[in-house]
Amino acid sequence: MDIIIASFIEEVIVPKFNYWIYVILMMIGLFAMITKNNLIKKLIGMAIFQTAIILLYVSVGVKSEANIPIISHHGFQEHVEHAQDENYSSKPEVSTDDKSDKGDHHAIDKDKFANPLPHVLMLTAIVVGVSTLGLALAISQKVHGSFGTLEEDEILDQLKPGGHD
Amino acid sequence: MTDHLPILLLLFPLFGSLICVLLGKNNAAHSWVVAMISLGGSALLSLLMLIKVLGLKLGDFRYRMGGWPESSSYEVGIELRVDVLACLIVLAVMIVGFLNTIYSKTRVSAEVGEKGSFFYALIQLLIVGLCGIIMTNDAFNLYVLIEITSLTSYALIAMGNRRAALSSFNYVIMGTIGASFYLLGVGYLYIKTGTLNIDDIHNYLRSENLWASQSIVVAFILIMLGVWTKMAFFPLHGWLPNAYSYAPSMTGTFMAPLMTKVMVYVMIRVMLWLFGSDFVYSPESIWSELIIWMAVVAIVAGSFLALARNDIKKMLTYLIIAEVGYMVGGAWLGNLNGQAGAFYHILSDAAMTFCLFIAASIVIIRTGESRLNAFDDLFRKMPITMIGFTIGGLSMIGLPPTCGFFSKWYLIKGGVEAGQWEFVVALLFSSLINAVIFFKIFERAYFGKIKGIKEEVTVQDRDTIPAGGIKSVPLSMLIPLCVGSLSILIIGIMNKNIFSWITKALEMVNG
Amino acid sequence: MASVEFSLIPFLAWLVSLLAVPAIILLGKKPDAREGITFLAAIVKFGLVLLMLPLVREGKILHFSFGEIIEGIPIEFRVDGLGILFAIVASSLWILTSLYALGYMRSLKEHDQTRFFACFALSLSATIGVAFAGNLLTLYIFYEILSLSTYPLVTHHGDKEARSGGRTYLSHLLGTSVAFVLPAMIYCYWKKGGDINFTDGSLLTTDLGSGAGLIVLLAFTFGFAKNGLMPFHSWLPNAMVAPTPVSALLHAVAVVKVGVFCVIRVFTGVFGIELLEKLDIAIVVSWIAAFTVITSSLIALSQNNLKRRLAFSTIGQLSYIILGVSLLSPLGVTGSILHVAMHAFGKITLFFCAGAIYVAMHKKYVSELVGIGRKMPITMTAFAIGSLSVIGLPFTGGLVSKWYLVMGTVEVLPEGTLDHGKIALLVVFLVSSILNACYFLPIVYRAFFCRPEESLYEGGRQEAPLACLIPLCITALLSVISFFNPGLFIELAGLISNK
Repeated sequence: MDIIIASFIEEVIVPKFNYWIYVILMMIGLFAMITKNNLIKKLIGMAIFQTAIILLYVSVGVKSEANIPIISHHGFQEHVEHAQDENYSSKPEVSTDDKSDKGDHHAIDKDKFANPLPHVLMLTAIVVGVSTLGLALAISQKVHGSFGTLEEDEILDQLKPGGHD
Repeated sequence: MTDHLPILLLLFPLFGSLICVLLGKNNAAHSWVVAMISLGGSALLSLLMLIKVLGLKLGDFRYRMGGWPESSSYEVGIELRVDVLACLIVLAVMIVGFLNTIYSKTRVSAEVGEKGSFFYALIQLLIVGLCGIIMTNDAFNLYVLIEITSLTSYALIAMGNRRAALSSFNYVIMGTIGASFYLLGVGYLYIKTGTLNIDDIHNYLRSENLWASQSIVVAFILIMLGVWTKMAFFPLHGWLPNAYSYAPSMTGTFMAPLMTKVMVYVMIRVMLWLFGSDFVYSPESIWSELIIWMAVVAIVAGSFLALARNDIKKMLTYLIIAEVGYMVGGAWLGNLNGQAGAFYHILSDAAMTFCLFIAASIVIIRTGESRLNAFDDLFRKMPITMIGFTIGGLSMIGLPPTCGFFSKWYLIKGGVEAGQWEFVVALLFSSLINAVIFFKIFERAYFGKIKGIKEEVTVQDRDTIPAGGIKSVPLSMLIPLCVGSLSILIIGIMNKNIFSWITKALEMVNG
Repeated sequence: MASVEFSLIPFLAWLVSLLAVPAIILLGKKPDAREGITFLAAIVKFGLVLLMLPLVREGKILHFSFGEIIEGIPIEFRVDGLGILFAIVASSLWILTSLYALGYMRSLKEHDQTRFFACFALSLSATIGVAFAGNLLTLYIFYEILSLSTYPLVTHHGDKEARSGGRTYLSHLLGTSVAFVLPAMIYCYWKKGGDINFTDGSLLTTDLGSGAGLIVLLAFTFGFAKNGLMPFHSWLPNAMVAPTPVSALLHAVAVVKVGVFCVIRVFTGVFGIELLEKLDIAIVVSWIAAFTVITSSLIALSQNNLKRRLAFSTIGQLSYIILGVSLLSPLGVTGSILHVAMHAFGKITLFFCAGAIYVAMHKKYVSELVGIGRKMPITMTAFAIGSLSVIGLPFTGGLVSKWYLVMGTVEVLPEGTLDHGKIALLVVFLVSSILNACYFLPIVYRAFFCRPEESLYEGGRQEAPLACLIPLCITALLSVISFFNPGLFIELAGLISNK
């Protein structure tokens, strides 16, 4: 029995531990959104959920022994250790033409840099998430102003037909 | 100039909304003028674009944002794809937006008070988002635009009364879950293919034969779930009735016809252009059968739930849920008639829902009643409104020559061809239930209250009644209604032309 | 093969009553002018229909198309023998009913007369649209318009009864047409690859099997519920809440005849007699119709309300027509088409009389009619003639159509023997005729030949106003004339049944 669990951990969880973490985070967020009574806690759940997805995207761009994707004019001395890629995104993608436009006449070795595209996408997604959070908080404020409470069950009690209507 | 039409018609409302924000509080009248100009201009531009695309031999043209050069292997920039289908729906969005702005002229001060200019700013942003969704060819850009659309709609709904704020909050939660699923799905696609451009993803999937890959299947499911949440496909519909009923009437009349339909459009784009009909309808997948049954359930449940409702707006929202079932079922039938029928139904449902919502809003505001007995004796008291409502109702039932009849015709034909008799039965069943619903209303409106019959006492939901009653219906509210009713008839009578445009575009992608 | 010729006249005939609608609404405040429009439109329409008659008799088909509305299906008119027969009946009787309605509505000082006459005109337009329809879609569209335009007429009185009658009316008619006719039509459209015309009339070119064929046939037959076939017949007696002129024209002539007309079209035009014989499915419809005939006659016996009795009699007579066409023999089909006309004349007489009795004496029930013959001799004589026609006794047109129908059952098979299944239907005809006599003749007898003490009436004659009397005399006369001169109708019917 232990062997099965051990091999399971060895083969399935350890190589992809980052994905497991993200999935667990997502589930925590989803759980919070659905089950929590307090509106703010729901929003926290929403933030966790979105963050998990953002982390997943970012992890997609990681390469071992790679640097941050900013080109400086002084060139590098980094050695390119050709570690095995533990992800798939080093497949054919964005050509390096635009990077070499910077005047650096050395061709850029793309394996030295983390994939910048997911970073960029996630900047956008973070902005979207922040706006959504801000908007949701503003709405919660309005709800609080109208109902006097942020607990969902209390609000629903107030809305029952026997109430004000 | 015509080369830049797509971006121009996005820019007008964008700048219009900026100007509206700058105009600040208590400036609703000026904002209205700005909105009218920008939306009117965009409507004209979208008409021009339609004419242009109809004349093209290839059937579509691409617009590269920012002028990124065309790459031989993979797209670098964000691309807009403008074909007939996109043009038709952009035109529908613009026209509905324009008409709605006319409608809102007298309602703004009553319903949103001093925040009138912000209302117009948000509406214009919403239109930008919707048109962007329709035209974009980039999967991630689609996510961003979906979120722009959603955010503005959350805010627009929350502008109403207290229940509106609560419903909007629920919408935020559910909508974010949906959009995040979509994002996750796109993430999986990116991992496997390395690109975000829809056409490139499609080519890559096809050339590398990735359709059996687990990641792609999961990506498909996630994207579908996300889009279904956004379009209120049963059982992911929970946010819709409250959100659209309690919203200010001007918001409701804009969003009800458009939001869910544009999401259906997204679903069809994803199905046919992104993944391809080979993958989606492949015999191994049991999805087609399963999803058509889900659509059948959606249609039946939506119709029954609508029948049970006594509140006018809630009833109409449940009818929307049933209509979404039509479109999803039609798209998944797997044949040309079904897909084209679903597309045509997007247009026809937009017209019908717009007409019905405006008529219902006028009735509710004028009579102060949110329940069905608002319609008592209305043919005598408000004949024009009732005639508009009647045309919308007849279209929902599916009587010729309204557009509802023709979309049912094509959908039933698709169902018969595909042998999916449960879908045909569901469509007919929903027609009959709609007939019951609407004829009950027509009877009340025609005969008035019968003396001696005791009305069951139901509690009126005051929160669906927008603030600020009116003594008589102004022209600015009647004009959109009349144009809406006319368009129902026009779309119906012109169905042959519209349908042929749609099928031509679909044949190209179905190959 | 008949030759098809373009003609503007069908369009004009249809348009005339449509144009009358706004004219009537605008002249609402001037009753005489308003009624004048109705008469003008009716006479012009009848004239236009007569204009087309000689051309159709020569074997031409007059064609007018509005343009394609769905790929391959135009909205079009094609006037052939069957269509023009129906149009003659409907338009001629419109003139008479308008006169009758004038007298009726004014005597009773009914409300909302403008709406009444406007809806009447609209309904006639829809009826002519059905008569001239050149394909299933056009037929369907005008069928639905007819249901909608007759609703305000049925619910004219606006009270609780009227509302519930109207609800039954619409739910039965709209429900069946949407649920049954629409899918059947689309199925045929798909099967035939995109065309649902009536011309060479058949799905013979497709690979339609017996099972599917039966389902489609039944879908059409039940779907056109205006034909009064059981179990979707209950709208008809419930629609008797309408004022009698409405009952007279629409339910004795236009609405119900549209129903059976559509059935005849489906049998002869969509399926075709050959195909039906090949598939051998028409017998099912025969038996459903036979059942309806007997059952409705039995129910009619129990009805005390005169108009309801007439309604159930109509249901039975309509099923004669369906029975006749389902016999598939030339004589049977001819008989059924003839019966469209003969029954129309007879039944409308009966309804006119019922209305006259109500206007003059305010009596609705059969039991109240004892001895009324002396008070209203003209009316009751006309009633007698009408009854004879419906029963199918000599000197009235009803006998001619019944003769053909009965002959249609006596079909001689190639082997020289008689078809036993059809002989059984002969019995149905005979039994139902006896039942018809049972529920009509006693009314006439007791009206005239009762002892003076039993009579509920005394005093001299008191007939309905002249405007009501004249039409019922004319229609009674027509019933008699059509016995002696049925040639025109037989000829027109033959154009269809002898193809």
